[in-house]
Amino acid sequence: MRIRFEKRREPSKLMQAVTPVVAVLLTMVIGAVIFEAIGYDGPRAVKEIFFTPITASYKWPDVARRAAPLILIALGLCMGNRAKVWNIGAEGQYIVGALAGAGVAYFTENLQGPWIIPLMVLAGIAGGALWAAIPAFLKTRYRVNEILSSLMLVYVALQLLNYLVTGPWKDPNGHNFPQSAPFTQWQSLPKMLWGTPFPPGLFIAFLLSVVFWIVMSRSEFGLGVRVVGEAPKAAKYAGYDADDMIWRTLLISGGMAGLAGVLEAATQGGQLNLGFPSGYGFTAIIVSFLGRLHPLGAVVAGIVLAITYVGGQVAQTVVHVPNATAGIFQAMMLFLILASDVLVRRRIRIVRPQPSAQPAVQVAGSAM
Amino acid sequence: MAGPTDALAKNSSAPPRLELRGVTKRFPGVLANDNVSLTVKPGEVHALLGENGAGKSTLVKMIYGILAPDAGEVLWNGQPVKIPNPRAARKLGVGMVFQHFSLFEALTVLENIALGLDSKASQRELEAEIRRVLDLYGLKLDPKRIVSTLSVGERQRIEIVRALLLNPSLLIMDEPTSVLTPQEVEQLFETLRKLAAGGCSILYISHKLHEIIALCDVATILRGGKFVAECDPKKETSKSMAELMIGANLKEIARPAGRAFGEEKFAARGLSLAKHGDFGVALRDISFSVRAGEILGVAGVAGNGQNEFMESLSGETLAATPDAIVMAGAPIGRFGPTERRARGLCAVPEERNGHAAVGDFTLAENGELTARRRMGFMQGGLINASRASAYADKVIKTFAVKALGPRSTAGSLSGGNLQKFIMGREILQEPTALVVSQPTWGVDAGAAGAIRQAIVDLAGRGCAVIVVSQDLDELLEFCDSLVVINLGSLSRVMKVGEVSIEEIGLLMGGVHGDPEATVVMTEHLHAHPI
Repeated sequence: MRIRFEKRREPSKLMQAVTPVVAVLLTMVIGAVIFEAIGYDGPRAVKEIFFTPITASYKWPDVARRAAPLILIALGLCMGNRAKVWNIGAEGQYIVGALAGAGVAYFTENLQGPWIIPLMVLAGIAGGALWAAIPAFLKTRYRVNEILSSLMLVYVALQLLNYLVTGPWKDPNGHNFPQSAPFTQWQSLPKMLWGTPFPPGLFIAFLLSVVFWIVMSRSEFGLGVRVVGEAPKAAKYAGYDADDMIWRTLLISGGMAGLAGVLEAATQGGQLNLGFPSGYGFTAIIVSFLGRLHPLGAVVAGIVLAITYVGGQVAQTVVHVPNATAGIFQAMMLFLILASDVLVRRRIRIVRPQPSAQPAVQVAGSAM
Repeated sequence: MAGPTDALAKNSSAPPRLELRGVTKRFPGVLANDNVSLTVKPGEVHALLGENGAGKSTLVKMIYGILAPDAGEVLWNGQPVKIPNPRAARKLGVGMVFQHFSLFEALTVLENIALGLDSKASQRELEAEIRRVLDLYGLKLDPKRIVSTLSVGERQRIEIVRALLLNPSLLIMDEPTSVLTPQEVEQLFETLRKLAAGGCSILYISHKLHEIIALCDVATILRGGKFVAECDPKKETSKSMAELMIGANLKEIARPAGRAFGEEKFAARGLSLAKHGDFGVALRDISFSVRAGEILGVAGVAGNGQNEFMESLSGETLAATPDAIVMAGAPIGRFGPTERRARGLCAVPEERNGHAAVGDFTLAENGELTARRRMGFMQGGLINASRASAYADKVIKTFAVKALGPRSTAGSLSGGNLQKFIMGREILQEPTALVVSQPTWGVDAGAAGAIRQAIVDLAGRGCAVIVVSQDLDELLEFCDSLVVINLGSLSRVMKVGEVSIEEIGLLMGGVHGDPEATVVMTEHLHAHPI
């Protein structure tokens, strides 16, 4: 008896919807087994990571605050990944976006007015896009692999942050701590909006997910993104220029990461310091794939990943699992979602060896 | 053809070389071979004839051990055998030359042959052996040449030599002439006749009827996976065999006689393009002109710049100057595909999957690829999905595409149906000029006829049509004029009906790959323009 993978005539719509759920469930099962095996209470750890943040309402603001940047960044990455333009450096664009916003704050320290926050947000988007423009330029001009260039620029961004908060932008009243001056009220956003436990970034993320959905499914540009990733030659035939698509998808995904960065800084941090980089830019890659590269899927997946962040901390205090636990679960989810993709295009069939009916001369040579 | 073959073929006392009895093969959803029986005598050239999808390839894959039959018997020289894999088939004495070659471009002929052998022999022994086989069958091939420098005909000879080195007693040839010039076909037939005279049976798969009449002793005809008839091709006509193959009367292409052409709609003037990549072809000073209602055929052996030609006409590659390509009097050389389409130029590239269509996209989305602007899908900057769907539905209905509807993916359609959809998608846009490559490649005869008729009708409505094809018969059947592309250059335009096959064959480069002969031929052609 053998197990065979047979190609389907059409990718299964059912499997496309089901595999992300299966990946999350399998992550829970495998995670429980592994943590049990290394001496923790496995099932309890899984419960704390995946369920406590949902059942305990006082955890909701925390989940919402983490979901907002994850969804915002993932929306841009969904688009890039659809076009098979692999922006791995969203973390760097997120940092530079926050730096650009903080730059506006630095120069408007003594000014007042409701125009400052929109300006900061615009600067953040521009900063992220600018950082992503570097890999776009290198790719379109010199065919430099964008995976490497965008990833390496994350570390450049980190050094830039390091330099600015320990040097020129250091808070003069900060007791020599590496941090920028606190944002003024005109430079900050409320942590919760309209009496809900949700930050403004989450509302923006919800709104943009609908915009991205329409753009991806119905605009001429969205058609181009989908064709260029699926069949580059067909894209050219349909009138889309591959380099043009590289530019646009990188600028958009960079801009979204920059937006997430500046919103995070203006909402949560109130200032920039060395602890600002959070890894959201990397986790958002998982969000985009878990959400099947669909803008609405990214919303759901962003919330799931936010839950694992919050739950990971709960599990640390309750079950005493290590700090890296949430990361392990997140990585396992990405691995399983990518692996289960095989079921979308193929079906599993169990093949029984056929009994040979006729007596036949076996030709020399190995039988199968 | 009368030859020593006949004496052997009619020797009925010996058991048949190969006999299939009631062979059946089922794939998910398809019965590829249904109770097929076939007998090949020693030294017989046996044709296996059928449309695409008739089950020819499945049948020979079972003989060569690539597939296993679900039911039925295979007898070899009278003995029942099981052939579990190609290695076992080769051991029995079955050789096969595939339609698509598996050669490493950067290696020599000798190295390529050595890589494909089951047993290890020293380079020197192998070379001697290869030269012996080449001599024996009068094949011209230099074992030391790098494959990338060889013509398609020469590449095929490598595959033939590879099969002959094993002294096969049955040689299977799968559509061997689809990439050859008429002269190369004649050389191939000489070789096959010599082989058959030496007692080797040949199973010759083709759908080109005049070749089968010229070469084969017996023909087995398959249709829809079933055995239809066994006949003597010498006693049949192309038409009678074609009708057996299709199972219906052949429809002639209807075209009004004595059609007048309108004014020039599409022209290239001195179009040149630098070579792209190691195996690309440069286009050299291409000029031609097509009038309203005219169908211009572009003949040529694969790899002579057809792809580059197509892409520079469709706009996927831009010309150096605007006036290198002129449509309805306007220079469009520097416009991309979208702008050219807006001005009425539609194109269908050779490759269906991943170029003309995207397999994972629905038919409606595939319609959006090229028709979104011309057919008015755009509304407020967005693509109106219901209009795209309605258009796809119209294409499906008008061109009798077998598909569930606009929401089926392109990948779920058979090759012929997808081709009908793609052709329909472009034709219903009522282009001013249409450029098509291989319009009926891998399409069954019924669908091919419908596609050609649709092209003829479109021309009748005043469209200028350019058809690039390697199938010379097809071009001669429905084109008004003909040019030949060879090494990136176009010949002068010839009128169909006034030009002989031999001349076209020469222009296609019967001596392609042999630099010395090419020079001689080029000089000859310049001295005596056809």
